[in-house]
Order: sequence, then C-alpha cells, then structure tokens
Amino acid sequence: MSLVNLPPKPGGFIPRDRTWQPDGLTPTYKTSVRRSPQAPLLSFPSTLSEETSPVFGHHLIGPLDNDLILNYAQPGQSAIGPRIIVHGRVLDELGRGVAGALVEFWQANAGGRYRHKKESYQAALDPNFGGCGRTITGADGSYEFRTIQPGPYPWPNGMNDWRPAHIHFSLFGHGFAQRLITQMYFEGDPLIKRCPIVGVLKSQEAVDALTAPLDMHQSVPMDCLAYKFDMVLRGQRQTYFENRKEGL
Amino acid sequence: MVQKLHDYLRESPSQTAGPYVHIGCTPNFTGIDIYGGDLGTSMKTGPVQGTEITIKGTVFDGMGAPLRDAMIEIWQPDAAGLFPSANETRGTPDPNFTGWGRSPGDMETGEFTFDTVKPGAVPYPDGRMQAPHITAWIVARGINIGLHTRIYFDDEQVANAADPVLSRIEHQNRVPTLLAKKEAAGLYRFDIHLQGPAETIFFDI
Ligand SMILES: [Fe+2]
Repeated sequence: MSLVNLPPKPGGFIPRDRTWQPDGLTPTYKTSVRRSPQAPLLSFPSTLSEETSPVFGHHLIGPLDNDLILNYAQPGQSAIGPRIIVHGRVLDELGRGVAGALVEFWQANAGGRYRHKKESYQAALDPNFGGCGRTITGADGSYEFRTIQPGPYPWPNGMNDWRPAHIHFSLFGHGFAQRLITQMYFEGDPLIKRCPIVGVLKSQEAVDALTAPLDMHQSVPMDCLAYKFDMVLRGQRQTYFENRKEGL
Repeated sequence: MVQKLHDYLRESPSQTAGPYVHIGCTPNFTGIDIYGGDLGTSMKTGPVQGTEITIKGTVFDGMGAPLRDAMIEIWQPDAAGLFPSANETRGTPDPNFTGWGRSPGDMETGEFTFDTVKPGAVPYPDGRMQAPHITAWIVARGINIGLHTRIYFDDEQVANAADPVLSRIEHQNRVPTLLAKKEAAGLYRFDIHLQGPAETIFFDI
C-alpha cells in the first residue's frame, strides 16, 4: 500500500448500467414475454467468482478460424456473397483495449439462411458457407475477420418481421462478469429501424453503438469492403484503496 | 461547467443470442465440423483433485416448457477454491481442471450436463468465506441480456447459512432456487426457471 511505484490492483467491476442495457421483458419481441425473469435481479458487488475467467490462448485458433469465406469451403472454392472484412477493437469502459479476449461470431449466409436443422427459410444453403468463426484479440484489443455480408431474413414474431443483416458476437474478456452477447448491424440498412429485436434497445445512441460504418480505409481494392465495429466490455476499477483485505 | 468524463465508454448493448447461438458457440453440436471440437465440452484435461460430480438440469420458460435453444456456461474454482484464471493470485490451481464448461443442452430435451468437481470455497471481498458455488450464465432466444445465477449445493447447509450472498436475499423462501439438489452420490440437479413460482434468483453482479 505504501509503495507508490506498484501498479494499482484491479478492484471490482463497474456496475452494469441497467438504464442503458435492454430490459428482460420487451413485449414487441414476443419470445421475451415468457423468458424474462419477473422478480428484480439481486445486486451484489463482484467477487472472485466473477472477476476471474478462463484463459483462451492464441494457440487455440486455427489459421482459417477467422475466415468465413474459406473455413467451410471445399478446396479451391469459396462462400458466395459480397466479400467483407469486419474489424475493430474490444475495449473496456475505461477505454483500454482488452487483450486476449475470445471473440466468436455467427451469421446467416448471403441469402439470409442459417446452416441449422431448425431453420425453415426457403433461401438456399451455400455448400461452401458454415456461418461461424472465432478469433482472439491482440495486445491492443484489436480483432479482424473476413466473411460475406449476410442477408436479411424473415422470422416468426409479427406478421411480417424481418431481421436486418447482422452478425452475432459472443465476447469473453478477463472476468466472467464481462460475458456479453450482442449483434452488429450494417450502416444504412433500412430494416434496422423496423426490427423488434433492435427495438429492445432504449435509445438511438444504443442502436448506433451496434451499427458498423463502412470503412473504406480498410477495404481492399478489387477484393473486399470493410466495416469497423468496436465493442465495449465492462471495466474494472483500478485502485490502491479497494475495500478488501490484503491478498484477496 | 465541469470536466467531461470523455475517456469513458459505455458497455456495448446486449442483444439476444437468438435461436442459432449453437452455430456460433458449439458449431460441432449443430453438425458443422470445425475447430476440431467445441469449446467447453470437457472441464477436465486429466485426473483431477477433489470430488468429481455431475450436475444436470433444464431451463424452463414461464409456461414450464423446456428451452432447447439455450446455451449454459458455468465457471468455478477447483476443489481447493482456486480459479484456473490469469487473475488467480492466491496459489496454483489444479492443472487438469479448466473451471469452465459450456453446454448447448440435449437436442431433444434441452437437459444440460456438466461433469465437474465440487468447488472449494472462495472468499467474499470482505474476507468472509462464501459457500461452495458455481457461477452460471444463461443465454437464449428471447433473453435480451444474459442471466447470471449461482449454483450452490443443498448438502452444504452450514456453509450456505453463513454465505454472504445467500444471506442478502430478502425472500429466504427463494434460496432453494439456488441449491443444486443431491439425487445420488456425485449427482446433482439444478433446474433453472426463468419465471413462475419457482423462478430462479438471477443476479446483477
Ligand atoms: Fe441472426
């Protein structure tokens, strides 16, 4: 405590802002009605159980894991659709890059069809497209993958609801309390404002936070376009004055 | 006017995992052969220390129907109460235990199964010991933001009675929703009810 040259210790996680995050019960997204807890969540400060997390090493990741154009394709073939790079950084609420985060992503093919037994949309499967990928962030929290732009698709909710084109993300940071699943939307998609799942977000600012801009700086000429998508995980206090006993 | 907290960012808003979370997180389970296997299917990489246990359970919606499109993850310390985490500074955890499991549930019934070890006790921030528990996280179609809960054990009455989290619960008649019930030697059941009279306690941690 007295050696000022030592770095501060990580403290507890910053409480999740429930006025910003979507509520559980959102009746226009019908499935939430029977799947949302009705009792209030019980709040308590994070403990070691939430401030720790498994370690996913870079060795885990194969060379094609972050290339959805090739990772399910037959040799010499590739997935059909507009070729894009999706890249950005995983940051925490204090603005620092989250190194070593496991980022998993999944999406429909260019026609809006998922490779899944329970999927019933008539759009064709692409034999060269599986629809999933993963990567681990670099030292500055950066990540990148290559894929095809997914198509919009209809889904049973209202009589004629369509999902905007989107990519699902699962994020694993340094503490289990940071665990997050979200979706990325594409700049300019007219379906965004019509979507009941986007509609669970509480503000335009929250919608904007999940909408990736076209990024011509990272687009590869004559090859693929690029979209930039940063994601933010909960931050952890850094302090000499954490209210806990030494050694914990 | 005051200075702006402009360096700070807002957490990304959560969105539902949707009906196809298994494609992204357990693709091999859905028939997409990739990565050489799904992450989190085994929590042991060799002989482990402590008592090996199995936890089974099902996630139910407010109508009592089982969820078959959920994903459940658990995270826990080893039998000595040490986490296999980069953030563990109290000692060296069991090298053959990952502490982390991920289950898509059974394709037909939705029942999840974790083969793990009985966790050791871990201190609360103020130094008091918590009862042995496992952290659980549930996502699915219709769940807008992942649900955190804890799995305690119904055969740990003394430790449970002294647990700082369990003792914060105002309606103590709901505490049993956090207890895995011993069904046989080494076998526990932990069903999760998203709604209803037996609604599981979920946490904002
Ligand atoms: Fe989707």
